[in-house]
Amino acid sequence: MTASLRRLLALLCVLALAAAGCGDDDDGDNGAAPTGGGGDDLEVPTNVGGSMEVSAVWSGEEQAAFKQVLDAFTARTGTTVTFTSTGDDIATALRTRLAGGSPPDVAILPQPGLLRDLAGQNALQPIEEAAGRAIDRNWADDWRTLGTVNNQLYGLFYKAANKSTVWYNVGAFRTAGVEPPETFDELMRIAGTIRDSGIPPFSIGGGDGWVLTDLFENIYIRQAGPEKYDQLTTHDIPWTDPSVKEALRTMARVLDPALVNGSAVSTTFVQSVDNVFKKPPAAAMVIEGDFVPGVATVPAEPETDYNVFDFPSVGGSDPMVVGGGDAVVMMKDTPQARAFLTFLTTAEAAEIWARQGGFASPNKAVDEAAYANAIQRRNALALANAETFRFDMSDLAPAAFGGTVGRGEWAILQDLARNPGNVDAVATALEQAAAAAYAE
Amino acid sequence: MAVAAPLDPTAAAPRRRGGRERFLVAAVFLTPALILLGALVVWPIVATVVASFRDGTGDEFVGLDNYRAMFDEPRILKAIRNNLIWVAVVPAVVTAIGLVFAVLSERLTYQRAFRTAVFMPMAISLVAGGVIWRVVYEQAPERGLLNAGIDVVAEVFDPPGEYAGALPSQGVTPLEGGFVAEQPVEPGGIVSLGLIGIPPQQVPESAEPGRMPTPAADEVAGVVHRDFTPGGAGERGVLDPTELGLPGMKVDLRDEQGTTVKSAITADDGSFHLRQVEPGTYRVAMASSNFDAPFAGIAWLGPSLILPAVMAAYVWIWAGFAMMVLAAGLSAIPREVLEAARVDGASEWQTFRRVTVPLLAPEMAVVFVTLVIYVLKVFDIVLVVAPPEVQTEANVIALEMWRTAFGARNEGLGSAVAVLLFVLVLPVMVLNLRRFRAERG
Repeated sequence: MTASLRRLLALLCVLALAAAGCGDDDDGDNGAAPTGGGGDDLEVPTNVGGSMEVSAVWSGEEQAAFKQVLDAFTARTGTTVTFTSTGDDIATALRTRLAGGSPPDVAILPQPGLLRDLAGQNALQPIEEAAGRAIDRNWADDWRTLGTVNNQLYGLFYKAANKSTVWYNVGAFRTAGVEPPETFDELMRIAGTIRDSGIPPFSIGGGDGWVLTDLFENIYIRQAGPEKYDQLTTHDIPWTDPSVKEALRTMARVLDPALVNGSAVSTTFVQSVDNVFKKPPAAAMVIEGDFVPGVATVPAEPETDYNVFDFPSVGGSDPMVVGGGDAVVMMKDTPQARAFLTFLTTAEAAEIWARQGGFASPNKAVDEAAYANAIQRRNALALANAETFRFDMSDLAPAAFGGTVGRGEWAILQDLARNPGNVDAVATALEQAAAAAYAE
Repeated sequence: MAVAAPLDPTAAAPRRRGGRERFLVAAVFLTPALILLGALVVWPIVATVVASFRDGTGDEFVGLDNYRAMFDEPRILKAIRNNLIWVAVVPAVVTAIGLVFAVLSERLTYQRAFRTAVFMPMAISLVAGGVIWRVVYEQAPERGLLNAGIDVVAEVFDPPGEYAGALPSQGVTPLEGGFVAEQPVEPGGIVSLGLIGIPPQQVPESAEPGRMPTPAADEVAGVVHRDFTPGGAGERGVLDPTELGLPGMKVDLRDEQGTTVKSAITADDGSFHLRQVEPGTYRVAMASSNFDAPFAGIAWLGPSLILPAVMAAYVWIWAGFAMMVLAAGLSAIPREVLEAARVDGASEWQTFRRVTVPLLAPEMAVVFVTLVIYVLKVFDIVLVVAPPEVQTEANVIALEMWRTAFGARNEGLGSAVAVLLFVLVLPVMVLNLRRFRAERG
């Protein structure tokens, strides 16, 4: 009741724009709230009032968690926020709204490609003033680059996913007497030990092609470096490049049938997770992102049953993260939208969601104690502290190459999983498929 | 038809009304239907044909390029080939099974129950039926129903070995499904046989730490042990202090010709004695019976069996439909004809072959042609039953169209595939319409 009363008051404030006295009522509540972490350079304005609309793909639990973030924003600024869930196809939803001339004030985009497209169509407003300084201070440089189009900052990465993680069965590691590795060579050494102890070290959900592209990307960025990764992403170097073949050879060592449970290509991603999480486990490690525990269909406790380590360094590479992220963009330049963007740069905005779980923020200022459990904390820290972050390459490639069942990279890497010896043929096939897909 | 005559619009309309007015009335009644047909049928067909001459995004006219690309793409050719196999096999099989079920269930006491059971799959969607079969076909016997059944039988005839999945350690090599020590041995000698890759829960509970026995002069003795120390610390091929012996292992002594001369079973500490051995050079082997792999399951969903597997699931769903249509036809056959045939001394088979089947021909044609059309357009069951990695093997035209247009986002090529499907279905439709008209005539 008090919240809606306050909202009503806020609305009255907007109606009587000049009425200065009205604002004093709210100050007692909100003015004293800290701006969070490193936010001393950007103040979230209070007494903004008015209303705004936010569109995102989130629904269900994610929507409920984000709703609390929105409530905190409303409590501080008095701005009423309407949340619209667009479902998975946010591109179509936003283009329809744009065509109709009424885009939402703020949208949250899961793909950088969409951010580039919309910026190119002048559908986005620059967010430099609202969020620029906070991003420089608390985000790694790569995030600014990802959100920038034609030297203008358009996207603030509020939420991110870490795909550079390896999950393992604690009991299987104990039986084999091994510790989580730091380097790829160590990984292969403990893999051998685990196999000798009587359990296949790796469970690979190669039935889902994207599991294999993620594995390739994690190896490639570490072995060839982020510059080559960017060039391969835009297809400026061919897939027959020696660096690609080298990464494929490294990947083939992991796909060695002697080290993989069952057949990689006839295991789905969910099965591959269950293989490691069930009791007794059918395999010791599954190589996938921070969403792994969420898909397990068997009961398992974090830390006591399963745990996680960062994808190991290859050839002495620095900590790097391949993953995904959700970019907040402004489609209408209103005071409310600006205040919202500034609000999302604060540690507080991230901590609200972090406390509820299933969230990682690239914001370094976020208090690590806010994360729901130790595992989410370490994945989020790895993400925020990584000097190098790259978006999942296959997500940036044309769908015909990087995102369709039975085609392009998905299908060809499955051939590699079936027959890890034929690296040259795989590289040639990848280049052919990429050339055709990027030409369109 | 006699009843229809008074309702005939031309007859009902008063003669003196002008042709113009009649035309208007017809137009008023027909327009809504024409608009609907135009918007929902004609326009999509035209738009698809137009799109098939444009590029992936629909921006540029590319002539016949999409059609050329279509017949150059091995994946699409495979889809066309698979569709032809579907058409050749499925309608015939479904019609035949439906006929057999219809005729046989005629005589059944619980006819209604049987027919309901066979017809039941028709009541669920193809997607739900597909999900059921996906589970039935799973390879691992603990998940797939079909392989679980085979597993039960297989275990009776060929029980798996206690140490299935074990790997050789240093000094041991694979031989005939088992393993053999590399070093030859003479009476009075000892052998250490190390195995790895055996999980702790697979080691029998009675197992004790391995112990190397002392042989008598005419004995060959040794130990079979789990050659693994946590952390990989132990030395390979050597019995390290904490390593367990493997009890119940059948050990053979083979002479230089490879003939087994003595056998023994290991004790709880993995030790064994092969007694009263003649002088000579021997090798110690672990028999293959220790390592027989459990039934791994038939890969119904693997690349080589996926096409028949999907077709079988489809037949299961449609057999009920065929049975119902044919059973209805069967009950319409005049009893006298069948009785006349029997009185004339025709056997059951002859009656069936010469009387029942010819009289059922129209119904069989309905079932067959309906299925040809459905089978050409088959989509959902392939998508659901075939796991992603073998979908190229089970690919069909409709699935290819969907993947190309909506997965790979190439509307031009996708439309060309859709047009191909349309062209293939068209002659069957024409045939069907002709038959309808002939029946009415």
